[in-house]
Parts: sequence; C-alpha cells; structure tokens
Amino acid sequence: MTDALALAFDFGLAALVLIVATWTLLTRETAAAAVGFVAYGLLLTLVWMRLAAPDVALTEAAIGSGVTGTLLLGAAARLRPTEAAAEAEQPGKAMRFVVALLCASVSAGIAGTILMLPDPAPTLAAEAAAALPETGLGNAVTAVLLSFRSIDTLLETVVLLLALLGVWSLAPDRVWGGRPGPRDGAYQSEVLTFLAQILAPFGIVVAMHFFWIGADAPGGKFQAAAILAAMWILVQRAGLVDSPPVSRRWLRLVVVAGPVVFLAIGFLGSATAGAFLAYPEGYAKPLIVAIEAALLPSLAAALALLVAGPPARTE
Amino acid sequence: MNGAALFGVIAAALVGLGLYGLIVHPQPLRKILSFNVLGSGVFLIFGVVARRGAGAGMGGDPVPQALVITGIVVAFSATALAVALLLRLFEETGRASLRSDVSNANDEAGGNS
Repeated sequence: MTDALALAFDFGLAALVLIVATWTLLTRETAAAAVGFVAYGLLLTLVWMRLAAPDVALTEAAIGSGVTGTLLLGAAARLRPTEAAAEAEQPGKAMRFVVALLCASVSAGIAGTILMLPDPAPTLAAEAAAALPETGLGNAVTAVLLSFRSIDTLLETVVLLLALLGVWSLAPDRVWGGRPGPRDGAYQSEVLTFLAQILAPFGIVVAMHFFWIGADAPGGKFQAAAILAAMWILVQRAGLVDSPPVSRRWLRLVVVAGPVVFLAIGFLGSATAGAFLAYPEGYAKPLIVAIEAALLPSLAAALALLVAGPPARTE
Repeated sequence: MNGAALFGVIAAALVGLGLYGLIVHPQPLRKILSFNVLGSGVFLIFGVVARRGAGAGMGGDPVPQALVITGIVVAFSATALAVALLLRLFEETGRASLRSDVSNANDEAGGNS
C-alpha cells in the first residue's frame, strides 16, 4: 500500500471505530449495544493489525470481541425485563452535558499527551530481539509472555482461576456444585445443531494450528483457548452436550492443571537455573511448549466456564 | 499525522466515550460495557506506544503488546465476574439497579419483575 492510501484507510477505519463505539454507548437497547460491542471489537482487530500487532489482533477478536460479546449478549437477554425501570433513572440533560464536557477534557488531555510523546520513542524491541535466540522461539510476543515476563502470565492464569472461583461462589446454596447455565437445548434449533456439528471439528483444528504456530508466528495459547472455548459454548448451546456439574473432580483438575504445571516449572527454575521461572540453558523451548500445552486446556475450560456462569441447576 | 498518532487520538476519544457511558448509564450492564470500551481505549494507547517503539526488525515493541494480551484476558475475567454479580442481584431482587433509595424504583419495577 502506498503511504497516502494507507493513511486514507487509517482515517476511514478510525472514523468507523468512533461511530460504532458512540452508537454502542448511546443506543437504547442493551442487547443491541452488546451486538454493537462485538462489531466494535472486530473493527479494533483491524486497528491492531494496522498497529503491526497481529498477536493482539487475534486476542482481541477471540476474547475481547467474541467471548466477551457472548457473555454480554447472554446477560442482556436475561436482564431485558429491567430495561424500562433503568431508563427512568437516566440523569437529566444538564447533568449529562456536564459529564460529557468533563469526559471530553479527559480525552483531550490524553490525546495531547500521546501527541507529545518523546521522539524517538523508548523501546525494548532491540533487547527483545537480542535475547530471542536464547529462548528458541521466533515470535517475540510469545517470548515476552513465557520467558522475559512469564511472571505476568503466571499471575494472569491465577486471576482467571480467582474470577472463576468468584463466579462459582455466587451460586445459590441449593444448586451448589450443579450444572451452570440454562438447561441443555434451551436454544435448540436445527440450524444451530447443524452449525455446531459442522463447525466444531474445524474450530478445534484451527485452535490447534494457532496453538502450534504461536512459538514462531502470530498465535498462541490464549487465542487457541478462546477458539476452543467458543466451540465448547457452541456445542453446548446447541444442546449436543450438557455442561458438566462444577463439582466434578476431573473438571477442577483440568482447570488448575495449567497454573500448577507453570508453577512447578517455575520452582524447577529456582533449583536448576538459579531463579524462579528461569529456564535451564538449552531447555527453554521444550519447557515453554510444555507450559503452553498444559495451559491450553485449563485456559479453554476457564474461559468457557466463566461464560457459562455460576451453577444454576442441580445435576 | 501518521497512523500511530491518529490511532492514539482515537484511543483517547474511546477512553472519554467509555467514561461518559460508565457515568451516565443507569443500568449496570451498560456500565460494564462502557467500562470495556474505556479499557479497550487504554489498551490501544499501549498499542500506539508499542508501534512508536518499532525497531530491530519488529513492527512494534513486543513488551507492551504482550502486556495488552494479558490485559485483555484479565479484563474478560473481571467482566465475567461483574456480570455474574449483576445476574445474582437480579435473581435475588428482581431488579438490576445500583440505586440505594429503592422504595420508589421497587414499586415501578414491581410489574416487570
């Protein structure tokens, strides 16, 4: 693309993002806003591509837009009866105007700061590139996630677990340990069943592809886990399988296995390489692949269970 | 103005938009949605900073990019927890309102719940 054409594309994309975001925030119906949010997320995916961040683009499309969108849509459908009462609580025109002014000034402040960022920008790209060969990986983002800053990733998987614990704790006592979500086949339709049967095998193959190429190309366990979770949600919503009761031991083992393996390899590093989460020389890549392989099912299960919500019915 | 600066301005606008929705919308689910828009604006600022730090054969600094990937997953976790809390509130009370003076609102919503 020539520079002028690229800039024209960027301006068009930027305008679209702003329009869809504004519509999403101002539209009346919450369900419509949730659909708008999904479209907004997909547009952001394009922005991430334009910012030369394909790994983030994949994560945004899969988790930021897809899985979050599913969650918001489901909640919007449940909360539809409360919509009218909520509308009556809207603050008055003058109040909204003042809030809009204040928010605009926040935006102006941030925009000014961004435009005044130092040039040349400080960057760790050179250091990352220099240290990349030691990890045996080709994708610098994966190297940051699982080698240079692996403590962040470890804590993040723990945050997912904590969120899941929090969601499960919201179950009423009588259904504790039961199955989450609505009864199987609650949304049953032939088209959905057909789609689930056809799409799920392809989705699993695509997820495995993203998982495997993540070492050297854009992709990785988060994106793959989100696709796997999406396939599970699809198959479950179509009524082909029922979600398992959360009290099942195997389910809990799957959910905690990833972080446990991650921690174990971290402590192995303290014993053999002199620091927590350090990898012994020459073993970085196999250990990273082992962590990713252990995390994939755990992340997929945690994402799917977070969307499914707290237990809602007994076994 | 180059692409990174343009998206930086857009990111700032998204933060403001999300903040406005968060304050103005009375319905908690809309607040959660607005908060996600606000968050995506913050993530985009990271992306712009990463893009400006392009070098060493990479299109962007991989460190902020990796932080954003972590951030997106954590934002999803927080959203899931917030939605679960809200749905539980709705189940318990038949309402989804954050207002503390509930007596009037309760009567109005009574027919709907």
